[in-house]
Formats: sequence, C-alpha cells, structure tokens
Amino acid sequence: MNLSQNWRLAEQRYRLVGEICPHCGVKIYPPRDACPDCSQPAQERFTFSGKGEIYSYTVVLDAPEGYEEQVPYLIALVKLDEGPMLTAQLTDFDREPEIGDRVEMVTRKLRTEGNAGIIVYGYKFRPLLMP
Amino acid sequence: MRDVCLIGIGQTPIGEKWDLSLRHLAFSALTAAAADAGIERPDALFVGNMLASRLNDQAQLGALIADFCGWRGIEAVTVEAACASGGAALQAAIRAVASGAADTAAVCGVEKMTDGSKVETAGALATAADAEYEGIHGVTFVALNALLMQRYMHEYHVPHEAFAPFSINAHHNAINNPNAMFQEELTLQTYLKAPVIAPPINLYDSSPICDGAAAVIVASIEVARDLPGTTPVHVLASASATDSLNLDDRHDLLSLNAARLSAQKAYQQAGLVPADMDLFEVHDAFSIMAALSLEAAGFADRGRAAYMAQDGEIGLNGRIPISTMGGLKARGHPVGATGVYEVVDLVTQLRGEAGANQVKGARLGMTQNIGGTGATVITHILGI
Ligand SMILES: [Zn+2]
Repeated sequence: MNLSQNWRLAEQRYRLVGEICPHCGVKIYPPRDACPDCSQPAQERFTFSGKGEIYSYTVVLDAPEGYEEQVPYLIALVKLDEGPMLTAQLTDFDREPEIGDRVEMVTRKLRTEGNAGIIVYGYKFRPLLMP
Repeated sequence: MRDVCLIGIGQTPIGEKWDLSLRHLAFSALTAAAADAGIERPDALFVGNMLASRLNDQAQLGALIADFCGWRGIEAVTVEAACASGGAALQAAIRAVASGAADTAAVCGVEKMTDGSKVETAGALATAADAEYEGIHGVTFVALNALLMQRYMHEYHVPHEAFAPFSINAHHNAINNPNAMFQEELTLQTYLKAPVIAPPINLYDSSPICDGAAAVIVASIEVARDLPGTTPVHVLASASATDSLNLDDRHDLLSLNAARLSAQKAYQQAGLVPADMDLFEVHDAFSIMAALSLEAAGFADRGRAAYMAQDGEIGLNGRIPISTMGGLKARGHPVGATGVYEVVDLVTQLRGEAGANQVKGARLGMTQNIGGTGATVITHILGI
C-alpha cells in the first residue's frame, strides 16, 4: 500500500473511528458508506473503545513481503465490545492466547517499507491490563 | 436465453512447470479443448486468471492468449474474482452463448505461480483479502483459513484429526489422474505428523502453489448438434453470489453465506436438490473450505461435514463423492485456473471417461468455485 492509501486511514489505524447507522443503530467497523445490516446510508462517526475479546487466532509462520522480520506473529479476529469484529495482530502475549481472552488496542508499528520507505503504524491488541 | 452445453475440454498437467510460460500453458489447454470439440476457432475467449499482473508482469491476457492460439481478431477478455476467476470466466462464456452474442466461446483458466518467489506469491495471494483492513496486518491466505478452522473446531468441538479424510480422499483419487500434482497415497499417520503451517492448519490441510491451465469450449445446442463425435454436457445452472470481502465482517463467520446463496440459486435454476447430485467437485483449497462448502451447499448439517467425511460418504462409492480426480488439494490449485479444472473433472465424470475413478452412473454433478475466503462463490450444475 502506498503513502496516500495509508494516510487516508489514519483515523481508523490510530483511533478506531468507525460509524453508527442512524437508521438501525448498528455500529460499523471498518467504516463504509452503506450499513451492512439495513443497506441505508450510514456515515455518522463512532469511535470504538478498543476493548474486546479474541474470537479466533492463528500464528503466521510464512509471511508475505514486508512482514518477514516479524515472524512468527499472532493474527486474531477480535470481537469489539460494541459488536463488530476486526482483524489485527496480537502483541505482548507471553503465553498461548485462547478464544475468549479479553484484549485491548495499542498502537504499534505494523510494517516498514525498506530503509528509505515509510513506517506504517496502527492497532494491535494486547491482553487487557486492567479488567 | 437459449440452452448451452460444453463440447470440449483440455488441461495441462499441474505442477511446478519451470519450462512453460503462462501463454504456453494456456495454449496447450485451449488447443486440446478445441480439438476435443472439433472446432477451429471460437467466437470469443474468456480467460480466468488472478495473479498475472503481479507475478508475471502481464495484463490483457485475453488478447495475448487469443493471438498466441492463432485466433487474432476474436473477442477476448480476462475475468478476475481471485480463486473464483475460472468459474467466473466460465459463467461469462455461458452467458455470451446463452444470449446469442456468440455461438461458441472458449474458456481458459490459467495461473503461472512459480514465476514469483515464496514471499511474492504469499503477498500476491493476500490481495484477495481486504488490503486496508486485513492485508496491512500481515495476514496470509493460510492464516485467514486458519482463523476459520480454529473457530470451527472451537464452536463445534471438532478435533483436528477429524479433517484428515478430506486430504486422504483427495490424495487417493489423484493417484489415477495423470494430470494431478501429487499422485501418492496419504496415510492418517503422515497427516497427523505433518508440519503445522498456521495452527491448526497443517501441510496436508492446504493446497499447493503450482502452475496449470484448463480449458472448456461452450456452445449452443444447435452448434453441438452439427458436430459429429462430440458428447455435449448440458449446463443446467450457473449461479454466483458475494459476501463481505473481509472475513471479520461476516454476519455469521461459519456459514459461508455466498456459497449457500449461489448453491440455492443453482438448485433453483436446475430444478434440482442436493440429493440429486451424483458428485460434487468441491473447492478444497483448505480442509476447512471443503467442510464449509459441503455444509453451505446442503450436503451436510452445520458442524457435521468432517464426520460425514469420516463415515466414507465422500469416497467414489459414497453418498456424495468429492474431489474425484484429486481436488485442489492433490490435483493442485493454480488459483485462477481452478474453477475450470473443477468443471473439466466433472465433464470427464459425466462423459464416463474417468477410468478407475469413474463414479458409477454419474449423470448430474455440481462444482463450487470459491474466491478469497468466500467473498465470491460460483456454482455450476451440469448434466448429461
Ligand atoms: Zn443500519
């Protein structure tokens, strides 16, 4: 992904800004222009708390280009407390994660693009420090 | 819309074909299919391909391949829907002939994956996922399927070894397919000891990186009638459906909704039910995909597909034989070509030309071709 593609996503990557549907009330992440539940326009902003639980997880051993130095790393589906699910890396786990583990968002380096390229920051999820 | 049939098939052996380029693979499959059909030049060509722009630095495969086959001048385009590109190209060809826009249309699914390094290929395959919300976190296709399998095992209390029959069946059936990549038996012991590639997925739960091309000639019934020596196979349904591109956005993670919708549409078009099918060429890119597809298409209850496999129901003599020539798992999965290989295998069965793997009395069969983690799903029902 190029510089402007990443820049446009700053609010999502750093603060988990999604949407709430003004018609049916469902909370939406990632944001889009139509509600996935009722298909009505949905562009009202909603900032998620960043807390949730692990819905599923795995470990990446063969990484795609740009992620080789992080191997092995944990990938999870995290179900946010407000409802939607997202995909993110798990970090700061010193044990095997389990489905149902409580986690919270932290901002970390997602990838670097070579010595001269940009460093992409964004959310990862760690075990919830203060339940 | 007029009735349409398939009058010719062709394929290359699948594997790591270092000496063959993308255009040579396509040429082999297409000329074999045209010869099988007894035609010299189709009215149109639809190419199914996913990765050529990234791994082979090549776009505009329609014109490239049409010219390379000696068909310069015909209408030709590429259709892309990740791993469902082949099925999508076939659907486009069927519609072109059904509408009357073409009397004959050639379909070629082709993928040349080994031109990329391992990391380049992993990165290219990951473009089937949402680049902004999945890809950026370093997901791979294996990892996304692992997330599905982990949740499936958790929710339905299914142990990993319950998935073994999918891989064992596919490998067993590939032995008699000279075009298959892996022509060797897989034992339960080997499956259980296989290295894990993204837990819980092990090496044998996953299909290989490979090269290959498969082709089909689609024609109107009238054209087929005028061609002596062909055995037309009738297209009874061609249906597709979509779901969210990203896995995390599904309403029901384990339901594979696009697979369910496209299967329902296909049954409705054909006026048939799952029990009518004599075989099912399933999209077993991963064991978990085979299980979810069987459930979504109505062959197994939710959470039960693995047990159905254990009971021998998916074997050549079982209730619903799957992966009858080796499937994606053992025949191979050159991604954009796979949907066409599935159809070639089904046509082979319906013509009664499957040799030692012949499903006895096969008259009706179905293929399901799945793009990404289930975002685009294309179902075809064929009959003889
Ligand atoms: Zn809504």
